[in-house]
Amino acid sequence: MEETALLVIADECIAVQQLRKVYASRGGAILALDDIDFTVADGEFVAVLGPSGCGKSTLLKILAGLIPPSDGEVWLRRTPVTGPRRDVGVVFQSPVLFPWRTVLENVRLPADVQHLDRARHQALAVELLELVGLGNFEQRYPWELSGGMQQRVAMVRALIHDPALLLMDEPFGALDAMTREQMNLELQRIWLERRKTVVFVTHSIPEAVFLADRVLVMTPRPGRIAEMITVSLPRPRPLEAMTTVEFSEHVGRIRRHFGVKGGIEP
Amino acid sequence: MTRLGRPILRIVLLLLVLTFWEAAVRLFAVPTYILPAPTAIAVAFYRGTASLVYVDNLWITFYETILGFIAGTVLAFLLGTAVALSRRAEYYFYPFIVMFQALPKVALAPLIVVWFGLGLTSKVVNAALIAFFPLMVNTILGLRSAEEDRLNLMRSLAATPSQIFWMLRLPGALPFIMAGLEVAMIFALIGAIVAEFVGAQAGLGVLIQSLNFNADIAGVFSILLILSVLGLVLNQIILLIRRRVLFWDPSEKRAGEERTKGGMM
Repeated sequence: MEETALLVIADECIAVQQLRKVYASRGGAILALDDIDFTVADGEFVAVLGPSGCGKSTLLKILAGLIPPSDGEVWLRRTPVTGPRRDVGVVFQSPVLFPWRTVLENVRLPADVQHLDRARHQALAVELLELVGLGNFEQRYPWELSGGMQQRVAMVRALIHDPALLLMDEPFGALDAMTREQMNLELQRIWLERRKTVVFVTHSIPEAVFLADRVLVMTPRPGRIAEMITVSLPRPRPLEAMTTVEFSEHVGRIRRHFGVKGGIEP
Repeated sequence: MTRLGRPILRIVLLLLVLTFWEAAVRLFAVPTYILPAPTAIAVAFYRGTASLVYVDNLWITFYETILGFIAGTVLAFLLGTAVALSRRAEYYFYPFIVMFQALPKVALAPLIVVWFGLGLTSKVVNAALIAFFPLMVNTILGLRSAEEDRLNLMRSLAATPSQIFWMLRLPGALPFIMAGLEVAMIFALIGAIVAEFVGAQAGLGVLIQSLNFNADIAGVFSILLILSVLGLVLNQIILLIRRRVLFWDPSEKRAGEERTKGGMM
């Protein structure tokens, strides 16, 4: 029944069904994720929002094929996820750049690993770096760059092998507020230009509302889906969009889920 | 402080110490077989160098050290890599590693000479044996030091274990490996000298023993001088390689900054 439903929706990128994740620990089994069901359409931007420890990073790692689910299934472009895949790009919380590689070589890493055409991806890396305003930094080393610049390199690296899906795990969490807003604008610009499917994990409500087409709100442990909220603000969204009434309504609606329990950052 | 101020102060201090040494030896009439004056050491040094005895024996010790270093470190790298990457290799080799680590390796020198004779081989084997451990331990530590985030990145790209090794683990281990090589080089020199003490026909260690036997303490001091210069040169070779290989490592960058800062002051 569920399977046939999957086939009907043609432009679907991710389908998650009845997902559960149980961790074994000294004090017994810990239920990290329970009853997770959702789909993401091709080219859609979905933010996964929840308090610390709600299992949202675990969910992302399962989508990336880095850890297996305890129960349930994950489908990516109608094939089951059984391990890491080449049609996925991941951006982590820290930039994770290799200090012995230049910026350009870091961006080229996925192409090197996957033995993709060298000359073409070299050119593509240059082009992508220019897209994020790092055209003059190709031959520099990561430690010569600021935190924001490093995370931009990491973002571009995740795009070099042209993945169908971009997974982002609180990528701007370590940046200061000003840089973070700039990065949000940048990400939106890249997304509008490339139209990748994006799953973006964050614990910032405004960030989720600003960036996403839909916000998947999760409950504290065990992580379950509390609500799926559609954000219909017009794009491209300028930073001023955050001051509109519509924006505040969305933020307010999400905040109600955490109102009493707290534990979520503004 | 001016650019030249510091080096000049250094040389002045060195000359002061030497003058004090010379004066003390002469003033208190210390016998040369206890502590020779710097001038006596200089004379002994000239005598040995002019007759080419020092050069010939220096060459032999240098040769033994380098061969031992290469043999020991290549083996250490290979075995360290096997232990770091394979649980099975670790399981079988670990008891031997622990046993040998606790053992003072120089104590094996007499045995090595009995097994490999008085020639070059026993010196190379002993130097290799002593140089082996610091590098093997550091290779294991280094290869295992790969950060979880970096491993996850490589895994998320569906990298093969061999790609993870060449693109991540090995470059990430280089700071550890270079530190191990630095120690291994000096250890190889110690290993060669100790083996020469135990039984050899030529080399600086042999020279020290025969000079000592003849109560030519000035001669012994002149050899010690040569040995310390040799150690310094060997160390500089490693540091040069390190600077080229580890240009990206914080320790190298800091050293570089200090060098330029020192130059500016």
